[in-house]
Amino acid sequence: MRRKETIAMNSNLKIIINGIVKENPTFVLLLGMCPTLATTSSAINGMSMGLATMFVLIAANAVVSLLKNLIPDMVRIPAYIVIIAAFVTVVEMVMNAYVPALADSLGIFIPLIVVNCIVLGRAESFASKNNVFSSALDGIGIGLGFTLALTLLGAVRELLGTGKIFSLSIFPENFGALLFVLAPGAFIALGFLIAIFNNLQKSKS
Amino acid sequence: MFLSLLTICLVVAVLLAQVNKLTTGPIAEAKAKKLEDAIKEVVPDFDNNPVADAYLMPTGNGDSLLVYPALKNNEIVGYAVNSNSNNGFSGRIDIMVGFDTQSKVINYAVLSHAETPGLGSKMGEWFKNNDKPKQSIIGKDLSKRQLHVSSDGGDIDAITASTITSRAFLEAVNKAYAAYMNSDAETSATSTNKNNEEKGDNSNE
Repeated sequence: MRRKETIAMNSNLKIIINGIVKENPTFVLLLGMCPTLATTSSAINGMSMGLATMFVLIAANAVVSLLKNLIPDMVRIPAYIVIIAAFVTVVEMVMNAYVPALADSLGIFIPLIVVNCIVLGRAESFASKNNVFSSALDGIGIGLGFTLALTLLGAVRELLGTGKIFSLSIFPENFGALLFVLAPGAFIALGFLIAIFNNLQKSKS
Repeated sequence: MFLSLLTICLVVAVLLAQVNKLTTGPIAEAKAKKLEDAIKEVVPDFDNNPVADAYLMPTGNGDSLLVYPALKNNEIVGYAVNSNSNNGFSGRIDIMVGFDTQSKVINYAVLSHAETPGLGSKMGEWFKNNDKPKQSIIGKDLSKRQLHVSSDGGDIDAITASTITSRAFLEAVNKAYAAYMNSDAETSATSTNKNNEEKGDNSNE
C-alpha cells in the first residue's frame, strides 16, 4: 500500500518535472516563441506573462480532460479553442481590472495566449488522453517551465540591457547595452540560454 | 457533434458574461484612477472634480483637446490638458500637461506611448529633469515662444538618439498650450474676448 502511494507520488512529480526540464516549452519544444521574444523585455513582464499562461494551461487542461469523452473527435479542435479562449478572456478582464499597469505593458500578448501553441498542444497531446488530475499537474509543470524560462530570459535581458533585475539596480546607472532590451537582444539572449540549457542536459545524461 | 459544440459555446458565453459583469466596475475605476492620478501629478492641489468639470477646447488646427480645470476655493489654480501627437516614432503619444494661470508648464505625465524602450520611452523623465535645465520643460513660459528641439532652432535638448520622439512630444505640449490659451481666454471671459475668439476660429476654417 505504502509503496503504491510513493509510486503515485513519483509519477505525479515526474509529470511536473517533465514540464520544467525534459519538455520545457521554451528551451526544448521551442513553442510559444512569439510571447517569449516579445514580452521578456524585463523580468517582471516575463514572469507575469508566464503566470497568465500557466493559469490558462491548468484550467484549459483540466476542463479539456473533463470533457474529453463528451467532445466528438471531429469538432475537438474548435471545442478546445473555445475553452482556451474563454479562460484567456477571463485572465484579460481580471488583469485589466486589478493590475492595469501590468495589463498595459503586456498589451496584445494577453489575448494572444489563445493562439499560443503550447496551450492547444498540451490539450491535444496530454489532456485529451489523461485524467483530470494529471492533466492539471501537466498544466502546472508546463506552466512552471514556461514561467521559469520567461523570467530567466527577462532577467538576463533586463540585466544586460539596463543593469537591473526586477527593477532593482544591480549595476550603476549607465551600465547596459540597449540592444538586449530591443528585439535583436531577445533572439541573442534566447539562443545563448537554449545552448546553455542543452549543454546542461547533455552533461547530465 | 453540433450539439456538444453548441453547448460548450453557450456555457462559455454565460461564464464570460458573468466575469464581464464582475470586472466592468473595477476596470472603469482603474481607468478613472489613472486619469485622476495624472491630473493630480500635473496641477497644484485642487478641491473640485476636474474630470466632471472637463470640457473640449479647440486647438485652432481643427482638433480639440480635453481640458481639466483645477479649482481651489472656486479659483482657478491650473489646467491639465490631455494632449496627443500622432508623429511619435511608433505612432500615437498621449500626454497630460499641466499649466498654471501664467502660461507656464507646471508638470507633465505620459499617459500612453509605444516608443522604443530605453530610447524614446525616456520622455517620461527626460523633459522634467531639474538638474539639466536645457532639456527640462518645467516652468517654461509658452506665451513667449513655442517649444522646439534645439536641432530645429528651439531651446529644448532632444532625448539622445530620439529626436523624432522629442519632436512629437513637444508638438503635443504646444498643442496642449493652444487649447489652454483658448480655455483661459474663455474663463476670464468678457463679451469682447468671446467675439475675438469666434473671429479667430473663423479665420482658421
